[in-house]
Amino acid sequence: MTDRKIDEATGVPTMGHEWDGIQELDNPMPRWWLWTFYATIIFAIGYCVAYPAIPLLHRATAGTLGWSSHGQLAEETAKAEAARASIRAALARVDIATLDAHSPLMQAAVEGGRAAFKINCAACHGAGAAGAKGYPNLNDDDWLWGGDRAAIHQTLVHGIRQPGDDATRMSQMPAFGRDGILKPEEIADVVSYVRFVSRQEHASASARRGAPLFAANCAACHGADAKGGRPFGAPNLTDAIWLYGGDRETLTATVTNARYGVMPAWDKTLDAATLNMLTAYIHSLGGGE
Amino acid sequence: MNMPPSGLPSGPRKLYVGRTDIFPRAIDGFYRRLKWAVMVVTLAIYYATPWLRWDRGAYAPNQAVLVDLAHRRFYFFAIEIWPHEFYYVAGLLVMAGIGLFLVTSTVGRAWCGYACPQTVWTDLFLHIERAIDGDRNAQLRLKRAPWSVSKIGRRVLKHGIWLLVGLVTGGAWVFYFADAPTLAHDLLHTEAAFVAYATIAILTATTYIFGGFMREQVCLYMCPWPRIQGAMLDERSLIVTYKDWRGEPRSHGVKRSEDSGDCIDCQACVQVCPVGIDIRDGAQFACITCALCIDACDQMMEKVGRPRGLIDYATLEDCKAEAAGAPPVPVIRTLLRPRTLAYFGIWGAVGLLMVFALGARNRLDLATAHDRNPLWVRLSNGDVRNAYTVKIRNMESRPRTVRLTIDGVAQGRMWDSLSDDHKAGRAILLTVGPDRVDEHRIYVQAPAAGPAAEALAFALTATDGSPDRATDDDRFDRPETQP
Repeated sequence: MTDRKIDEATGVPTMGHEWDGIQELDNPMPRWWLWTFYATIIFAIGYCVAYPAIPLLHRATAGTLGWSSHGQLAEETAKAEAARASIRAALARVDIATLDAHSPLMQAAVEGGRAAFKINCAACHGAGAAGAKGYPNLNDDDWLWGGDRAAIHQTLVHGIRQPGDDATRMSQMPAFGRDGILKPEEIADVVSYVRFVSRQEHASASARRGAPLFAANCAACHGADAKGGRPFGAPNLTDAIWLYGGDRETLTATVTNARYGVMPAWDKTLDAATLNMLTAYIHSLGGGE
Repeated sequence: MNMPPSGLPSGPRKLYVGRTDIFPRAIDGFYRRLKWAVMVVTLAIYYATPWLRWDRGAYAPNQAVLVDLAHRRFYFFAIEIWPHEFYYVAGLLVMAGIGLFLVTSTVGRAWCGYACPQTVWTDLFLHIERAIDGDRNAQLRLKRAPWSVSKIGRRVLKHGIWLLVGLVTGGAWVFYFADAPTLAHDLLHTEAAFVAYATIAILTATTYIFGGFMREQVCLYMCPWPRIQGAMLDERSLIVTYKDWRGEPRSHGVKRSEDSGDCIDCQACVQVCPVGIDIRDGAQFACITCALCIDACDQMMEKVGRPRGLIDYATLEDCKAEAAGAPPVPVIRTLLRPRTLAYFGIWGAVGLLMVFALGARNRLDLATAHDRNPLWVRLSNGDVRNAYTVKIRNMESRPRTVRLTIDGVAQGRMWDSLSDDHKAGRAILLTVGPDRVDEHRIYVQAPAAGPAAEALAFALTATDGSPDRATDDDRFDRPETQP
């Protein structure tokens, strides 16, 4: 039924179809709707000319305004960098070791260090700086080389066991077993003694035999009381914290082969401000001295 | 195939009726004066409020009423509301809603007729129009008159003043959102924020359009309230009523007979109506009960020497009773009845509840977050240390010293990471800035022997004698396996 006719009541043509006696008027589109539609088409043409719009083989058309999302990102990054420039300059100049812990600059340093830590340090020390076997926990109060800001900064800048850096941290524990300095049963006695001074084992005949062996071979670096020696990076063997593990098996492996941990010298990679910020952050984690 | 029904007009039929201009005639009388008074009071409140000062000390703005969007605070005289206390505003809205029910069920659409901004500003625009163009008849003549220098001049003057009123209206609005004197200075020196100018421009336009052109159409087509009236009004609500039992049949001028009613069909009630209706058609949704027709009719009744009140405020019930010969009922009886008393009771209860809640509200808050990475740290002496981020919210506009205490973990000691008093104990004093949230990093240290997770509750109390107190339950974690 496509019988178009004029509706008597309104004078408007009908669509010419009918359902259950109901017919539809063929009213034109509202003018405002139509003009809005045309306006969007004109806007779209203008937009395609002004902005990158049409994808080509390698890249899209550039657009007459020269805008690009990469360009905008670069612009905003540059703006953010510029906004931070003055505080970064101040952080690069400051002596982080003596900076007042309550100052706003220190707070800025800690926050900046938090971000820098996630990028540069978290791979080994963990996102929360809790460390892992062989990688020290930076939250605790046990430090191999010292936990004040000056010592932390020194470790960060020069790293550990970095060839070609005169100021690098360098510990030189002999491989007592591998190099034949101690016999395996002597190593077992030394391990017994170390587990005794760290209150993990009761006094035993083995530990008693280990005491003079410790004094002769280990005390030079770890100290006669086994509380460690920071100049040599020798850990405190009497406390509750073990970098590699305090059980008999791990200690035997440590004495036999020694441990040679490494850390990059970060001054090759990071600028002075970031090194100061990292120092402040690590010091703020709860173990700083 | 439907044949067109016979008897229809041959030309196309219009589905909509265009607006006919309304030129209400000026009138004086009791209700007109009441409207003047309400207009003066409401406009004075609207324009003056942002300029009232209220001393809150050095740490808070001194504007009595201020919606500080930038800092997310709302100040209302002695009351300061934080975003999380927005339920007070919700309570005010509940009160406004119930108050509207209360008013409607007693005195009908008094809000529409007197206090609604649309009514007040339309009224203002009408007065300006009359001051420039003259009263109803002069306005009608001017509309029909051909364009002349005088007509153009009047039109320019009228629209200019309307726009000026709109500008002042929008200009007053923005002062609620910033320090008024500062903003006024900035506005005049074109130093204010763009959003201030944009808001003023939008409100100028809406005031000009709503007050100058749309007028009663806002009430008829845009506002939902007239439609809700049907549910809110009952036969004992006061409405503006034409007493047809007295007025009918109408007489025209001198043609008056014995059985004629009091209505002389002078059209005065129609000419003064700002909505353009005839109240004699009976109660209708378009009537905003501005009561100007009462003034007009009373004036006319006095002139022709008949009793006033042919058109009057009355309830439908009383109208019926009066028509049957009963004496008029005092207005107080429409106010005191179960329905209105129930509304008043609910309205008052919500109000009292809010006043009570406002008086007893806590001006300190505490939120603790346990470090997740790492959950715990083993220290060289074998103890375990946990770290917490403690947020202290001080809602008073002054710095305060507060006491933070821990409950649980018997041998636990706590200290603030930035304090020099290491491992201070189970209670520490902290200072928190005025009207802000301060964050502290708190360490708690305890021996390693103990459950892997132990309940630890933080409590915050004021040291200045105020009863403010806040608590937060947290936990203390230890390594699962003991070495």
